[in-house]
Amino acid sequence: MSDILVSEQSAPGSGGSGRPSGRLLEVDDLRVEFRTRDGVAKVINGVTYHVDAGETLAVLGESGSGKSVTAQTIMGILDTPPGFVTGGQVRFHGKDMLRMSDEERRRIRGEGIAMIFQDALSALNPVFTVGFQIAEQFRVRRGMGRAEAKKRAIDMLDQVKIPNAKGRFNNYPHQFSGGMRQRAMIAMSLALDPEVLIADEPTTALDVTVQAQIMDLLAELQRERQMGMILITHDLGVVADVADRIAVMYAGRIVEEADVYDLYAKPAHPYTMGLIDSIPRMDEKGQQLRTIKGLPPNLMNIPPGCPFNPRCPMAQPVCREKVPPLLQVGNARASACHFAEELVNRV
Amino acid sequence: MSDPSTASIVSTPGAHPTDSAAPATAGQPQSNEKPRGLLADAWRDLRRKPLFWISATLILIFLLMAAFPALFAPGDAVNGSLSRSLDKPSANGWFGYDVQGRDVYARVIYGARASVVVAVLSVLGTLLIGGTMGIISGYRGGWVDALLSRIADVFFGLPFVLGAIVILTTFNGSGSGNSKAQIMGLVIASLIVLSWPVVMRLMRSSVLATKEADYIVAARALGAGTGRIILKHLLPNCLAPLLVYGTIMVGSFIGAEATLSFLGVGLKSPVVSWGIMISDGQQFVRVAPGLVFFPAAFLVTAVLSFVMLGESVREALDPKLR
Amino acid sequence: MGRYLLRRLLQLVPVFIGTTFLIYWLVWAVPGDPFAGKCGERRCPDQYIAFMTEKYHLDQNVFVQYGSYMKNLLQGDFGQTFSQREISDIIMTSYPNTLKLALVALAIEAIIGLGAGVLSGLRRNGFLDNLVLVSTLFLIALPVFVVGFVLQWLLGVQWGIIKPTVSSEMRWSELIVPGFVLGSASVAYIARVARTSIAENRRADYVRTAIAKGLPMRRVVGVHLLRNSLIPVVTLLGTDLGALMGGAIVTEGIFGINGIGRQVFRAIITKESATVVGIVVVLVLVYLVMNLLVDLLYAALDPRIRYE
Repeated sequence: MSDILVSEQSAPGSGGSGRPSGRLLEVDDLRVEFRTRDGVAKVINGVTYHVDAGETLAVLGESGSGKSVTAQTIMGILDTPPGFVTGGQVRFHGKDMLRMSDEERRRIRGEGIAMIFQDALSALNPVFTVGFQIAEQFRVRRGMGRAEAKKRAIDMLDQVKIPNAKGRFNNYPHQFSGGMRQRAMIAMSLALDPEVLIADEPTTALDVTVQAQIMDLLAELQRERQMGMILITHDLGVVADVADRIAVMYAGRIVEEADVYDLYAKPAHPYTMGLIDSIPRMDEKGQQLRTIKGLPPNLMNIPPGCPFNPRCPMAQPVCREKVPPLLQVGNARASACHFAEELVNRV
Repeated sequence: MSDPSTASIVSTPGAHPTDSAAPATAGQPQSNEKPRGLLADAWRDLRRKPLFWISATLILIFLLMAAFPALFAPGDAVNGSLSRSLDKPSANGWFGYDVQGRDVYARVIYGARASVVVAVLSVLGTLLIGGTMGIISGYRGGWVDALLSRIADVFFGLPFVLGAIVILTTFNGSGSGNSKAQIMGLVIASLIVLSWPVVMRLMRSSVLATKEADYIVAARALGAGTGRIILKHLLPNCLAPLLVYGTIMVGSFIGAEATLSFLGVGLKSPVVSWGIMISDGQQFVRVAPGLVFFPAAFLVTAVLSFVMLGESVREALDPKLR
Repeated sequence: MGRYLLRRLLQLVPVFIGTTFLIYWLVWAVPGDPFAGKCGERRCPDQYIAFMTEKYHLDQNVFVQYGSYMKNLLQGDFGQTFSQREISDIIMTSYPNTLKLALVALAIEAIIGLGAGVLSGLRRNGFLDNLVLVSTLFLIALPVFVVGFVLQWLLGVQWGIIKPTVSSEMRWSELIVPGFVLGSASVAYIARVARTSIAENRRADYVRTAIAKGLPMRRVVGVHLLRNSLIPVVTLLGTDLGALMGGAIVTEGIFGINGIGRQVFRAIITKESATVVGIVVVLVLVYLVMNLLVDLLYAALDPRIRYE
C-alpha cells in the first residue's frame, strides 16, 4: 500500500550519496507481530521508510507506536519469541537483510549499521570497563592487539568529548554520570565507523541540560562522518534542529512523512496536527494545554478503517471503513489521511 | 552450614515488574479484563500444572496413610513370626517379610506416620520460632537485630547433620531410656534448633523489604499500632514465601529424619520409620533388596511430593518465571 | 575495604565462640558420668579419672572449662583423647582426606551443575531444560544416604564398575562417585541458580548491545552473558566448600573414607568429647573463613559492589 512513497518520492537531502543502488537503508512494508499468551499484537503494520548517507530521518511516535520495534528489527535484535517478522524487507545497499545468513547480518552490525540505546546504564555491561567494551570491537572485529585497540578506544572517547579520556578508560559504567555514559555509548557505536546510526531515544533518560549537549554532539558527528542517522524519539522539540525529514508513526504505521519545515508549517495528518498543538507554547501562557483525547489503540484489536479514527477530530464515515494508504501529497511529502489534500491546501 | 538450599530455593519477592517485552501491551488499559490479583493469577497457573496435581494427590495419600494406616494395610507392622523371616513378596505380604518375619508392606505404610509427624511438627516449630525472630529482628532493627542475627549465625554455623547427631547423642544416648514420645520430641527439637535461622533470615529480609513500603508508612502515619501493622500488613506480604519454603522444608525434614534414624541416632525400634527400615535392611540387601528398596521408594516419593508441591507453588507465585 | 574486612573479622569472633561453646557445652556438660564406658567393662582407675579431671577441669563449671580449652587451643594444643592420642594428629591425618573429597565434589558441582544450568538457561523450555529441571528435583529430594547407598550398591556391588569402598590411598578416580554423592544436592542447586541467572540475563539490555555491536554469538554468550550470570553461581560454590566438609559424615561413612566426618561421628558415638570439639572448631573455622572469602570474592566479581 505504500510502494508509491518509495518509488515516487524523492526525499530532500538524499541527493549527494552517489551510490549506484540509490538508497542506503530502506525499510519496505515491514510487518511484525508479538505472539503473547494473551493474543497476537500487530505491532508493525507495513512500515516503509529510508535513510541516505548524510541525512537524518526522525521517527516520531508515542510509546507503543512501533518505532523502536522497527529499529530492533533492522538491527536484528528483536526478541523472538514473542516478536516475529511476518512480512516486508529491510534493504541495506539494496540487499534484503531479513534474508541474509546470520553471519552476513552480524558483519553489518556495528560496521554497516550501529545503534545507541535509550538507557546507557543498562545497555553497557556493568562488569566490564567502558574502555574494554569499546576496545573489544577493535580487537574482535578488526583483529587489533590490546595496545592498539586501547589507543583507538581512547581516541573514540576523545571524539565524543569525554574529558580525561585516558583516565576514564578503566572506569566502569556505574562510575560515569548519565551524560558521560551516553557519550561512551555513542563512542562505542561509532567505533567501527558505521554508515547508518540508529539512535533510539538517545536523550530520554537524561537531564534537560544534558539532552541538548548530547543532541548537538550527535548532530555534529553525523555531519562530520556523513552518516545516515535514524533518530527515534517521542519528543517533537528534539527533532526540529537535527532532522532533515520526519516520519510520524501511529499504531505500527507511518501516518505522515515530510521535510521537517513542511511538517511543522503545515501538517498533513490530524495526528501530526495534534502532536504539534500539544507542544506547550510560551506565547500562550495561562491557557490550558491541548492534548489529543483518547488513548492509542489496542494493538491486539486495531479498529477497522483508519487506526486514528476514534481519536480524530475530523473523522468521517469513510474513516471507519477504509484504511487510508500513505500517498504523496504535494511536493516530496506523504500522508495517510483521506483528507490529506484538504489539509495541505488549507490556507 | 546447614543448608545451602535456602539461598536458592527462596528468593525474596521484590518488586519485579512483569517483564513483558511487548511494547504492544504497554499503555493500553482499554482491555475489558479486570486486573487479576497475584494469588488468583497464581492459582490460574497452578491449576494447569500436572506436577501440582500429582504432588498434591500424593501428599494427600501420605497424610491419610499417617492418620489411618489401617486403611491401607491390614497387617501387623510391629510383630512378626520368625517362620516367615526374609520371605519373598507374595499375595499375603506384597513387599515380603523382613528378618524378624514382619510384614514389610505394613511397616512401610505405618512408617509414614513417624516421618510425617516429625517433619510437620518440626516445620511448624521452625516457622514459628524463625518467623517470630525474623519479624522482631527486621521490625525493631538496631541492637536487637544485631544480637538476634549473631545468635542465628551461631546456629547457622553448625553443620546440620553433625549438630543433630551431637544433640541427639547427648540427650538420647544409648541407655538414656527415653520413651517413644520423648525421642520423637528430641528429634523434632534438634531439627528446629538447627533450622530456625534460615527462616529467620528469610523473614527478616522480607520484613525489611516491605517495612519501608509506602502503604506501611501510610498505615503508621494513620496511627496504626505496631501489632496491627505486623498482623495486618507485614505478615500477609511475607506469608507466601514462608509457606512455599515450609512446604519444601517438610520434604527435606522427612529426609533428615530418615538420615538420623539411618545413622542410629534418631528414632529407634519399636517405632516404625523408613530410615530405621533402610538401616536394618542394609545388611540383607543381597538376599532381600526389597527390605531397602520399598522404604527407600516411599521415602523418596514422599520427599519428592513435598518438594514438587513447593516448587510448583513458587513458580506460580513468581511472575518473573512465567 | 580494610575497615570492612576488620569489621567482618570482628563479627566472626562472637559467632565462632558461640558455635564452639554450644558444642562444648553439649558434649561435656551433659548430666552423666563422662567416664562411663570409657575403660571397657570395668570402672576407670581413680588415677586416670584424677588426671583427666585435672586436664579438662572437669570439677569446675563449663565456662572455666571452655576458657582453659580455648587457651590451650590458641597455643595449638587440641588436647588428647581418653586413650592419650593427640587430637591434632587425628585431625591432621583425616582432614586432607575430607578436603580432597570436598574438592572432588566441588569440581563435579562446577562442571555438571554449571554446564547443565547454562545449557538449560539458554534454551528455556526445551527438552534439555525440562530434563535438567526434573533431574535436579530428584537430586534435591533424594537424601544423601539414599543416593550413596543406591550408587554404592548398583555400581559397586551389582555391576562391579567401582569398588564399593574407597581405599586408604584415596586415589582421585576412586573419589568420583563419593564426590558426586556428597555434592548431589548442591549440583542440583548450582544448576538451578545458573539456569535462572542465565535466563534472566539473557534478555538484559547489555546482551542486546553486545549483539548490536556485531560480536559473534560465541563471544556474546561466553563473555558478556556468562560473566554476569556466574556471579551468584561462584558465590554459591564458595559457600558450599565450607558446607561440604561439615556434611561429609554420611558420605564418608558409606564409602569408608577415613575423613573428618567419620572421625567426628565415631567420636560422638564413643563420647570422645575432646575430639568432637576439636573437629568442630576446625569445621566452623573453615566455614566462617570461606563465607568471608566469598563476600570479598563477590566484590571482586561485581565492580558495582564496594565495601566501605
